[in-house]
Amino acid sequence: MPEPAIIVESLGKQYHIGLKESRQDTLLKSAGSWLVSPLTNFRQLRRLSRVDSDDAEDIIWALRHVSFTIDSGQVVGIIGRNGAGKSTLLKVLSRITPPSEGRVILNGRVSSLLEVGTGFHPELTGRENVYLNGTILGMRKTEVDRKFDEIVAFAEVEKFIDTPVKRYSSGMRVRLAFAVSAHLESEILLVDEVLAVGDAAFQEKCLRTMDGVARGGRTVLLVSHNMQVIQRLCDRAILIQGGQVVDDGDPAGVVETYLQDYTRDPLPEPVTFNDQLRMKGISFMQDGYVVSELADFGKPLEICLRYDVLEPIRNLLLGFDIFSSDGTHIYRTYDMLAEGLDYREPGAYESIYELPGGAFQAGAYYMELVIGVHRHGWLTRGDIRLKLDFGGPRAYDVWFPGIMGPLGAWQVHRPTVYEAKQ
Amino acid sequence: MKSEPIVIEPVSGWQMINWRELREYRDLFRFLIDRDIKVLYKQTVLGFGWAILRPVLSMVIFTIIFGNLAQVDSDGVPYAIFSYVALVPWLYFSSALSASALSLVNNTDMLTKIYFPRLVFPMTSVFSKLVDFFISFVIVFLLMAWYRIAPTGRILLIPLLIMMMMLTAAGMGVWFAAMSVKYRDVKHAMPFVTQILMYAAPVVWSGTLITERFGAPGRFLFALYPMVGVIEGFRSALLDTGPMPWDMILVGSVSAAIIFVTGLFYFRRMESTFADVA
Repeated sequence: MPEPAIIVESLGKQYHIGLKESRQDTLLKSAGSWLVSPLTNFRQLRRLSRVDSDDAEDIIWALRHVSFTIDSGQVVGIIGRNGAGKSTLLKVLSRITPPSEGRVILNGRVSSLLEVGTGFHPELTGRENVYLNGTILGMRKTEVDRKFDEIVAFAEVEKFIDTPVKRYSSGMRVRLAFAVSAHLESEILLVDEVLAVGDAAFQEKCLRTMDGVARGGRTVLLVSHNMQVIQRLCDRAILIQGGQVVDDGDPAGVVETYLQDYTRDPLPEPVTFNDQLRMKGISFMQDGYVVSELADFGKPLEICLRYDVLEPIRNLLLGFDIFSSDGTHIYRTYDMLAEGLDYREPGAYESIYELPGGAFQAGAYYMELVIGVHRHGWLTRGDIRLKLDFGGPRAYDVWFPGIMGPLGAWQVHRPTVYEAKQ
Repeated sequence: MKSEPIVIEPVSGWQMINWRELREYRDLFRFLIDRDIKVLYKQTVLGFGWAILRPVLSMVIFTIIFGNLAQVDSDGVPYAIFSYVALVPWLYFSSALSASALSLVNNTDMLTKIYFPRLVFPMTSVFSKLVDFFISFVIVFLLMAWYRIAPTGRILLIPLLIMMMMLTAAGMGVWFAAMSVKYRDVKHAMPFVTQILMYAAPVVWSGTLITERFGAPGRFLFALYPMVGVIEGFRSALLDTGPMPWDMILVGSVSAAIIFVTGLFYFRRMESTFADVA
């Protein structure tokens, strides 16, 4: 039984959201509040870092009662929606911010990679930045000396190593920054979504490096939105929701739990937003029939949103985001694309979106309902989540990689060339 | 290579700086100082010439206004060199203080992305600004040769005065830096603070005025501001304006040490909140 590398015991982190701006609606009132503003500002700024106030309203717990143990050598993926507390967890573990309660024990040297190229200075040369960035990440100078050639070769910037980084292309800069990070020699590595840098070829290289790191017996904690990366690299995944651990175990299983959130029938009963709009139902139609199981990826799909407008709304934005199964945001669309921003009287409505056939591949896609009022605020964003399953006959035994279906049309013909014929 | 486990717990109350950890990051400290120095005069025409031009121009202005027009007493030495000898430590102090006070605010991207002892930031400028100091110091000897002033044996005490000057800059810099993260007022106040501090120190006027006007108690109160002792010490050592003001240096050193140590405690207390409020 190996010694655990990371022990997290009922960890909690609270934030004061503070700094609520009070709004004044008359000139006189705002002049008055302006006069006393130094005093109120001082109180608010002081409150920002104080934990003793019992004013529960402006406290949010980004993490609460989080406990887990990670054995040394394990590669663990942390997944969860935006704002679930993943990044806060990583910040606490990498000592950037202290926890409000609980305890963490780290056995071994820790390095954290929350961003590539922290501290890079554009005026310094590549060489100088490698040393600076390396020591910022916790390396000793002798260590950087030892790895210098390797780093430079990895980043493929040998020729420009004594050129100021400001003359680098953004790709070169990112490569150099990642190269430094990839050569950290620590027992525990905390990584936050940094693999999404550079072009496809370099990303593949980064992934392979991470793979090597993972197999090299180091303990890695990796936050990512990319479910494929999690499943490829990790031997365990932890799902965080609302600041708490909801699932922990085999990556494939945890990823499934995470995606289960998205159901095909998300509206067992109508949901009312802000007393302004009541969502009654969402359905998928193909060929005039409601799709219950898999939709055929080759045929157009109608997504039908049925709702009541409860009070007059001007400039309603109603639509959804579509994500691929690896979490990539493919696009957002609003029904204003039909007739522009308009004024809607109370009553029953139906907005129907037609997704052209062949736009997506066979497989799962995820959809999040987005409703807002233009320049005013959101009614809902991501609260209602749906899963779209595409299946259907494959015409050929040919693999088409990518998130989207191969849209567009090909033409194949033989150009008319006047050739001397015998 | 087996290191002790790291325990992360909620922090509370007053704590002393973790020196051992600071030692582990000494390479980073060195590279940050290096960066400061290398970057300072990048893409300028004069480069390190600025380190000379700044005190020399200030000297010319002060000599015209305070030396010639206002006829400020300069302890019997030409006003130009009288003010220059004070300007060299003063300009170090004011630039190191401002840079270190704003070091955290100017590096919030690093503060929120990576962990290392935050004390490294304000301390970096205390050392990197020494380069300008030594360059401008060379001019002192040229001026002394020009005015045919021989240095006294007390010149050997200059390193001591330099240390006191650094300690003062570090102490006040750490205080302001710790405050600046939450209260961005520091950023706007710094230009005034340094200006007030300059006129409070005997840069354009002579320290002998203090004793003449306010007697011994006044001298003691003024000496609580460590730069008074430093500047008067420089003048005594280089220009022989009087004996080494040991009383002022002693009082000033004690007060500089107190500012520094309390600053460290305050910094440490605020440190944990930096990433949250930055």
